[in-house]
Amino acid sequence: MAGYIHMDVSFRLNGKDVALTNVTATTTLLDWLRINQNLTGTKEGCNEGDCGACSVMVTDENGAKALNACILFLPQLHGKAIRTVEGIAAPDGTPHAVQTEMITHHGSQCGFCTPGFIVSMATAHLNGETDHDTALAGNLCRCTGYAPIIRAAKAAETAPIPKHMHDTPPILLAKNIPGERESAGAEPPTNLDAFASWYEQNPDTTLIAGATDVGLWVTKHFTNLGQTAFLNQIPELRGMTETDEAIHVGAMTTLTELYEVIKDRHPSFAQLIQRYGSTQVRNAATIGGNVANGSPIGDGSPALIALGATLHLRKGAKVREIPIADFFIEYGKQDRAVGEFITGITIPKVADNLHCYKLSKRFDQDISAVCGCLWVEVKDDVITTARLAYGGMAGTPKRASAAEAALTNKPWNENTIRTAMEALKSDFSPLSDMRASAKYRMQTAQNMLLRLWHERNGETTSVHEVTA
Amino acid sequence: MSIAKPLPHDAAALHVNGSARYVDDIPTPTGTLHLAFGTSPIAAGTLNGMDLDAVRSATGVISVMTADDLQHDTDVSPSAHDEPLLAKDTVAYVGQPMFLVIATSHTAARAAARRAQYDITEGTPIFSIEDALAANSRFEDGPRIYSKGTASTALAASTHTVSGSLTMGGQEHFYLEGQAALALPSEEGDVLVHSSTQHPTEIQHKVAHAIGKPMHAVRVETRRMGGGFGGKESQGNALAVACAIAALATGKPCKMRYDRDDDMIITGKRHDFRIDYTCGFNAKGLIQAIDVKHYTRCGWAQDLSLPVADRAMLHADNAYNLPNIRIESHRLKTNMQSATAYRGFGGPQGMLGMERIIDHVAQKLGADPARVRQMNYYASAGSLSGKMKPDSTPYGQEVTDSIIAELSKSLLGSSNYDDRRAAVKAWNARNPIIKRGIALTPVKFGISFTLTHLNQAGALVHVYQDGSIHLNHGGTEMGQGLFQKVAQVAASRFGVPLELIKITATDTAKVPNTSATAASSGSDLNGMAVKIACDTIRDRMSGHIAQLHDCTASEVTFADGHVNVGAKRYSFAEAAQLTYQARSSLSATGFYKTPDIEWDRIKGKGRPFFYFAYGAAITEVAIDTLTGENRILRTDILHDAGASLNPALDVGQIEGGYVQGAGWLTTEELVWDDNGRLRTHAPSTYKIPACSDRPDIFNVALWDGENPADTIYKSKAVGEPPFMLGMSAFFALSDAIAACGPTFSDLQAPATAEQVLSAIGRARDV
Repeated sequence: MAGYIHMDVSFRLNGKDVALTNVTATTTLLDWLRINQNLTGTKEGCNEGDCGACSVMVTDENGAKALNACILFLPQLHGKAIRTVEGIAAPDGTPHAVQTEMITHHGSQCGFCTPGFIVSMATAHLNGETDHDTALAGNLCRCTGYAPIIRAAKAAETAPIPKHMHDTPPILLAKNIPGERESAGAEPPTNLDAFASWYEQNPDTTLIAGATDVGLWVTKHFTNLGQTAFLNQIPELRGMTETDEAIHVGAMTTLTELYEVIKDRHPSFAQLIQRYGSTQVRNAATIGGNVANGSPIGDGSPALIALGATLHLRKGAKVREIPIADFFIEYGKQDRAVGEFITGITIPKVADNLHCYKLSKRFDQDISAVCGCLWVEVKDDVITTARLAYGGMAGTPKRASAAEAALTNKPWNENTIRTAMEALKSDFSPLSDMRASAKYRMQTAQNMLLRLWHERNGETTSVHEVTA
Repeated sequence: MSIAKPLPHDAAALHVNGSARYVDDIPTPTGTLHLAFGTSPIAAGTLNGMDLDAVRSATGVISVMTADDLQHDTDVSPSAHDEPLLAKDTVAYVGQPMFLVIATSHTAARAAARRAQYDITEGTPIFSIEDALAANSRFEDGPRIYSKGTASTALAASTHTVSGSLTMGGQEHFYLEGQAALALPSEEGDVLVHSSTQHPTEIQHKVAHAIGKPMHAVRVETRRMGGGFGGKESQGNALAVACAIAALATGKPCKMRYDRDDDMIITGKRHDFRIDYTCGFNAKGLIQAIDVKHYTRCGWAQDLSLPVADRAMLHADNAYNLPNIRIESHRLKTNMQSATAYRGFGGPQGMLGMERIIDHVAQKLGADPARVRQMNYYASAGSLSGKMKPDSTPYGQEVTDSIIAELSKSLLGSSNYDDRRAAVKAWNARNPIIKRGIALTPVKFGISFTLTHLNQAGALVHVYQDGSIHLNHGGTEMGQGLFQKVAQVAASRFGVPLELIKITATDTAKVPNTSATAASSGSDLNGMAVKIACDTIRDRMSGHIAQLHDCTASEVTFADGHVNVGAKRYSFAEAAQLTYQARSSLSATGFYKTPDIEWDRIKGKGRPFFYFAYGAAITEVAIDTLTGENRILRTDILHDAGASLNPALDVGQIEGGYVQGAGWLTTEELVWDDNGRLRTHAPSTYKIPACSDRPDIFNVALWDGENPADTIYKSKAVGEPPFMLGMSAFFALSDAIAACGPTFSDLQAPATAEQVLSAIGRARDV
């Protein structure tokens, strides 16, 4: 036995330090707050990170962010500071501006989603974010139609930040690594070399990154994760390094962090990331987890494939690099050996030619029916390179090789595009499911090529470009 | 006066700091147990047995109950006694509760419930409308038919006709708080139930039957729900009954709440419909005759399907005067969740059918659909003087209060409809990929329960000797602001500030025999009952004060927190104290029943509604012709809430209702697989509108006018009517699609991106 089944965790909750011993590693913050602490302001609306009723603010060395407590395991919070809805008003009871404005603007009706909104709004307020649609995309409200909530958020923008909202995470005060209880001496190491060797010896361990998917294994499928390793404890898996040729991001880079890295270089990918889950999900989910998961409908992989990114894997002392497209073998099967794990991703620095198109029933916070990431380089009216990567079209994120061939070294015109659209039919045989029919998937995957053509010709091609 | 003030929701301050308590937040005694249902994996079949050993041996399980363990009548249906709490011999849908797990935690109960092995002989399930019709699987003997004039001959005589068929999906309520109940065992086998329900009396009734006791042995309390929308009218019965039985069986408090997936898989949703129509009209678009057939899938049990389907028929006219119409309604029994009440209660489906007919007629004629709508409206109340007779609905009720014509005209003007329609046309001529559309749709919604006896309400008001006031009535609070509105009525009757009034939880021990808070009736009924109770106490107070001052009671006035008589000014507390010392009761009940309604649902004739609520919306959208993606750009609404009791709360209902209605018709798609399993059972797959889905520009105004009917302070019901304003989004999409090609696009609902792209293809078909 090794890994974390029970462990010690300490954090700060609403300004007070909490030290927990021997907690079950897969206890969610939400259950702990509601059941153990009787802090029932934080609500359970879906238990899968999609409704935001359980939103809490978590501050670590990188600042404050909103997270979904329902799919956040206690060990992920070690060394951090948590603020729940009960801690948004000042200690003397003075309400936060977002609270008073929500009352003034009638932003609550049934009130059940309201605590989550308050936390998201207060966090955005603290961070000076005024793109409220983005900050609140992960908070569902069924009563108000959102308009009064946005009015409240706007009205609170200029209010001063209350002092108590600046939390100091305990990790900055003292080094305090969680200890493992039931198998003393066998806990996963926190430096990368030692961890790699440990994991090679303990390959049955469930690796937990952001837990935005693994969390559901626990809350929805009652999976016993057995021994677990929380990768947030390994600093070397985080962060970004840059050379003249490439950008390297650690596997534990969150989608929020990746957005910052990518937004100037590849704006279309950045826009795609903004539609990946919600603010709360992006604050937790990691790009390494997104790729490792192998899902055919994850949005990160098609973009990374189209970018020509490289995946770094490690098993014990052995490291290797593969083109990211090669990682995905078939549905549920990836090119990852037992005891091997993803350490990071390298994205080449090249002039942007990427167009990412995501199709889903709802614009924000929805899983793709089709995600097309199209890299098309044109020189002197000839297409020199085409990397067309699609999610939702096959059992894995996959390149459209026939369509790519139909484009490569061909003249840049609509006829070529239409030929490639036809060729796409031989690349994919998509499925029908609750998100879309096979026919719709194929038709829109083809039309994404046409959209690219029109977009490069400067035409209006998105409903988000128009206003009344 | 507290009336007409835009006061915040009564619990707003509690909502924003997390201290508003819902059922699952109530502190429970040590030893409280938690329940979960094991649910059927099969849609239809015979239950031979279940192997529950693995369930019983699971961690934390205290006990497991099956139908055989139930001693009394544990039916949980609100209508036809056809919903056993736990399946006994037959299985009727995927998700049907089969057994009950009692465990030490919510998670332990849920995890254990997955461990059953079922022995079920699979039958042939009925899912589709076609299958149900072929098998004659239905509720009631045959179709219900309402008619006016002679549709068949008038159709034959019409110069133009269109025919078509519109399917419209159901809708998950997606109240943010899932179903929940908590039962505390009392002495003598009595029980106290906290339930997240719109209908505490029904919970009381069903629990009493289930534990074999009179209703007096059961007390049900509901402080608030985290959203209801009709989904907590009958769907909470199973949880409350299960908790009560388990609490009495174990002697421990028992709590049950559905996990979101369980909630969506077990409980009923809005009825989906297919509406087939033929319409005859003249060259201008004036409708001469309509023949319309409603087919609705009711699911496995009757629940509230008959009145829902009735209300769909009663709104098949929406706001239009139809000289000849025949409405045929089929209520089909299928092996799915039992469809239930949902905001509008069939009204939206009936009205969408009618609006589709208008859209089709207008497109056939190449006319502006808004003009065709205006041309066919019911005559205005204002135009009736001098006219011989008001227009009459297909069910024979005269429309004497219509304001839809002037309301629409006002909205068309304030939103610059004509200019914008021209701009949309110009845009569409220039832009090949992104097309725009704009549409006006009206709402006329009948107010009253169609089951006439439900139109009653009770209240209980106490004035304490310090002048503070305890307010109670039969209505429930689900976010709509009912409690605040009714408190505003009470404060206004006593002339006191709202702070003197304590709003209290709905409680079957305080006000008995209540109706569900449904049919938008909450403030109409309970507001009146509270007014009557307050006036009874006020009359006693003024009677006593008048005696002291040797004057008539009418000379005593209540205002500004004071009771005034001549030059004397008592504080309200002093007046209460004096009345108390005079040994006069400061407690009163109030009772109200809606006047002037009668209805024969078999004949389809009568006056089912006390009055109508009106409104109209204009929505502008953009669609992407490559993908079908679409977006609402602007919405303008003018809605009639009569003389509003609280304009802020009413606007809240309108904005929220519109977005929920637009969600029904756009992104919210329920998908069942071929085995009858609901594939969209969580927010990851079922997409209600998110923040950015609201209109970019969202102008909402209240119509300035009081209700001609004698309602509480001349206000109008506002819970359901605005939901139907969302129809304008659907028809704006239809308008945008019409710009893509010459053929009628036959857009179906919900208009998901996929559906829109498919409709674009049909529009381009020549």
